[in-house]
Amino acid sequence: MPLSDADLAAIWLTLKLATLTTALLLVAGTPLAWWLARTAARWKGTVSAVVALPLVLPPTVLGFYLLVAMGPAGPLGKLTQAAGLGTLPFTFAGLVLASCLYSLPFVVQPLQNAFTAIPERLLEAAATLRASPLDTFFHVVVPLARPGFLTAAVLGFAHTVGEFGVVLMIGGNIPEKTRVVSVQIYDHVEALEYSQAHWLAGGMLVFSFVVLLALYTLNPAMRRQT
Amino acid sequence: MPRFLSAVLLCLTTMAAQAGDAQIAVAANFSAPAKRIAEAFEHASGHKATLVTGATGKFHAQIVNGAPFDVLLAADDDTPAKLEREGHATGPRFTYAIGRLVLWSATPGLVDGDGAVLKRGSFRHIAVANPRLAPYGQAAMETLAALGLAERLRPRFVLGENIAQTHQFVASGNAELGFVALAQVTKDGRIGDGSGWIVPAQLHQPIRQDAVLLAHGRGNAAAKAFLEWLKGDDAKATIRSFGYDLP
Repeated sequence: MPLSDADLAAIWLTLKLATLTTALLLVAGTPLAWWLARTAARWKGTVSAVVALPLVLPPTVLGFYLLVAMGPAGPLGKLTQAAGLGTLPFTFAGLVLASCLYSLPFVVQPLQNAFTAIPERLLEAAATLRASPLDTFFHVVVPLARPGFLTAAVLGFAHTVGEFGVVLMIGGNIPEKTRVVSVQIYDHVEALEYSQAHWLAGGMLVFSFVVLLALYTLNPAMRRQT
Repeated sequence: MPRFLSAVLLCLTTMAAQAGDAQIAVAANFSAPAKRIAEAFEHASGHKATLVTGATGKFHAQIVNGAPFDVLLAADDDTPAKLEREGHATGPRFTYAIGRLVLWSATPGLVDGDGAVLKRGSFRHIAVANPRLAPYGQAAMETLAALGLAERLRPRFVLGENIAQTHQFVASGNAELGFVALAQVTKDGRIGDGSGWIVPAQLHQPIRQDAVLLAHGRGNAAAKAFLEWLKGDDAKATIRSFGYDLP
């Protein structure tokens, strides 16, 4: 077995982090994406820009500000301390929060596109049939937007698996808590353990390719585009 | 226009012939003194010294893969020796500084004068540079082992990738205290902010930091001049003022 116990622990932790992050983002991102797709509010542009920020910001900026904000003197840190939770850096919960911010646009934007593509008249038709808004959402919108949900989930998951800079800044490299695969690879490379690095890095490459391949071949919406 | 361009080019090439440019890779812990030394060197010699700071392990990987550095100021003595064995460095190679470790907190009064805070254990996180990667992390682990505290404190470790990140964890207050380089917290010869315990040198192997001329800098006069300057009295005084010992 070319992978050590520490490598396996890092893989398991990464999968846990990515799964939890994706689940949270789908729950929180769906109403946000729906609002962005349907609203005519004046500050829609502002919200869209904030959602897209992690796409363009270097992870070091995000990581640095999170470290400061979640620290004992930062606003978030003061809040979590007042709630009796302590501070978030160097904890799994802190990584989940950071990952949700980091992967937010990868979940919200595909959902928003899918929702925008749904014709208004279908929703009106459902309403004339006395469907409640929630009814309409779950029985008309969700089935129609299924490719969007699939894309959002896959991209959110894969992007979180590939997260590095933010974790490096706020993680503290603690086994089974914050030492994810990308950090483990970095450690191997820095310690000149290139063969161990190869096993993990190669695995990551294959994983990412397979995920994207599955997305592009299985997802009907993507297939039409390509 | 072409004549103007060629004039500019001629100008640049003659300048380059007189005053060289050396790319210096500097270990993170030595970044502040290196900056001051490079300034004095540039002023005195007319050469230019461009500093790049980072982790010594990363520099090794980059140099092996053809990074255009002329000189390495490492955080250890293993890496320069290894580079020389592998043919990526030509020497001269010498110890330019001996690092001192300090247990430091951004909170005044938290760390006492003889490190008893470690035994009391009244903290959640203690930041240590990754001992696999950073000599200061290794020295910190040796210190804790010598004090018989390594196993007890292990669950509270947060590991920085290098000594700069470790310092950041402590400076931001996210780790209440941590082992950093004395040079990082020294102001005018004493610990500037917070509180610290300068770890007695006999608690760990000396952190010998070696400098070496790399293969890329073989014909580079500026690189050689910089290494000479590093051995001189002016540089030595700067190095000592940042809390390093000298060989």
